Amino acid sequence: MLIFEHATPGRRATAQAPATMADIDLPKRFARKSPTGLPEVSEMQAVRHYTRLSQKNFSIDTHFYPLGSCTMKYNPRACNSLAMLPGMLNRHPHAPLSHSQGFLQMMYELQEMLKEVTGMAGVSLTPMAGAQGEFAGIAMIRAYHDSRGDAERSEILVPDAAHGTNPATAIMCGYKVREIPTDEQGDVDLDALKAAVGPQTAGLMLTNPSTLGVFERNIMEIARIVHEAGGLLYYDGANLNAILGKVRPGDMGFDVIHMNLHKTFSTPHGGGGPGSGAVGVAERLMPYRPIPVVARDGDTYRWLTEDDLPDSMGRLSAFAGNAGVLIRAYIYMRMLGKAGMPRIAEFATLNANYLEKRLVEAGFDAAFPQRRASHEFIITLQKEAKELKVTAMDFAKRLLDFGFHAPTTYFPLLVPECLLIEPTESETKEEIDGFVAAMVAILEEARNEPDTVRSAPHTMPNRRFDEVSAARKPDLRWRPGE
Amino acid sequence: MSNIPSELKYTKSHEWISDNENGTVTVGITDHAQELLGDLVFVEQPEVGKELEAEEACAVVESVKAASDIYAPLAGEVVEVNEKLEDEPELINSDPYGEGWLFKMKLADPDSLESLLSADDYAAEADQ
Repeated sequence: MLIFEHATPGRRATAQAPATMADIDLPKRFARKSPTGLPEVSEMQAVRHYTRLSQKNFSIDTHFYPLGSCTMKYNPRACNSLAMLPGMLNRHPHAPLSHSQGFLQMMYELQEMLKEVTGMAGVSLTPMAGAQGEFAGIAMIRAYHDSRGDAERSEILVPDAAHGTNPATAIMCGYKVREIPTDEQGDVDLDALKAAVGPQTAGLMLTNPSTLGVFERNIMEIARIVHEAGGLLYYDGANLNAILGKVRPGDMGFDVIHMNLHKTFSTPHGGGGPGSGAVGVAERLMPYRPIPVVARDGDTYRWLTEDDLPDSMGRLSAFAGNAGVLIRAYIYMRMLGKAGMPRIAEFATLNANYLEKRLVEAGFDAAFPQRRASHEFIITLQKEAKELKVTAMDFAKRLLDFGFHAPTTYFPLLVPECLLIEPTESETKEEIDGFVAAMVAILEEARNEPDTVRSAPHTMPNRRFDEVSAARKPDLRWRPGE
Repeated sequence: MSNIPSELKYTKSHEWISDNENGTVTVGITDHAQELLGDLVFVEQPEVGKELEAEEACAVVESVKAASDIYAPLAGEVVEVNEKLEDEPELINSDPYGEGWLFKMKLADPDSLESLLSADDYAAEADQ
């Protein structure tokens, strides 16, 4: 129910609106002629309406949320409360450098920590989200080729197991996309890659571990093939959580990477922002980093701008990225320390492998049974869809009734009837066991009372949506009288 | 098993091709493909007059599950697109080999039709 549907003409919340308005000397032509259209509700109605809405949130704070490829992990409360200290919140972006030394020091140290954990030569924190980070990364690849007079390179190679954002980014930067197939083990098809590279190759975009939930084992060979053809290697940091403190993109031969600080380093995400797509670069891309970047001169810190980096790919925001997200990332990394960083990867992969093993024992089919999972894995419900006529979507919907957020469904596209499951490092064994028990119970239902599963969810505020109508005839706005 | 009419030609990427016997062919997606995709909600067609290379991504079909590229089965020029699909993408689900056709193209080389898969070849592919 919309707040407007609670409205009664003439009702008002007096605490918010003064009963009498001061006379304002406003020229008549500026005065509005129609009512404002604001909902006419009491304060209590407004409070109850929004409280009820907030209680409908199905979130990481209330439920296990194994949404693969999204890394919906717990963000420690301390990161948030420290980032909300008045000195952090109230610093004006135009404050002089002498008043911003503390903030700049944090940003400098964050750059340094990210360099160390990724093995890159330099970092820029300025991209405002993952998509901007990707854009900055490919724009730097273009700037590099252009600066060498190597402007004939027109193609970016993208494995078919890549995130959908990768080809979109390449197109945005003016490149053509060539898709590289994946072999049966989930690795990039090396023969196809060798056949695809050439003087037209600007670079390759790769996610490692890939969207199939496995680590690309031939990464060194891939890097050699692409580099020998004169292309550069781009690392999509979507799955960075799986390798933190264990292996570094810089050591795998990547020339440029983006990191989703909002998902790997403690900012709640999934609500559309704000985010941070910080980028890391190898030595040869240092001149092209997006500005500003923080530098240290002795004991003081300052911004590097156009004067320092004249070949920069440019600015991506009015100031320097989303400061709040960067501060949270800084605090999170400082709390973990160097010793804590690898434990993220260890527990994330341990949880994923434990969960996969238990689901397989319970009768589910892993998409890549011969491979060890990384931080996420795929099960395919092709058998269940065929034999029981109960689909991956039906399982996903029924999981909601059992108190679990559904895993990612029907992605990646390479695997039919798939669920992409990422428990993350922050869940307990008991919680994971509970998820397995729910999946087993649903499988049992699928055999004995399949309609219960097909018509799920039964306990949510809304039942199964009509996805076809939602996509064909979306109902996105409300107007008085409609 | 889904419906695979024997008189049509096919591609590995699940397009069907019908020879109109006047130098043009009609292209659509197979029953198997529409079944995998689920309910179609949007179709992006190529422009009439566009010259396509064989295996070039030239159209997009979007379902509740995924958006998928459609590839030109052979080289040629787009001569007509099925405009009904703009408002009724569900025709692809209900009648993939009839009212759900996507576009017609004039082949650069009429003999190239022979390089496509037969119904039996496609059935074997789709079965994998």
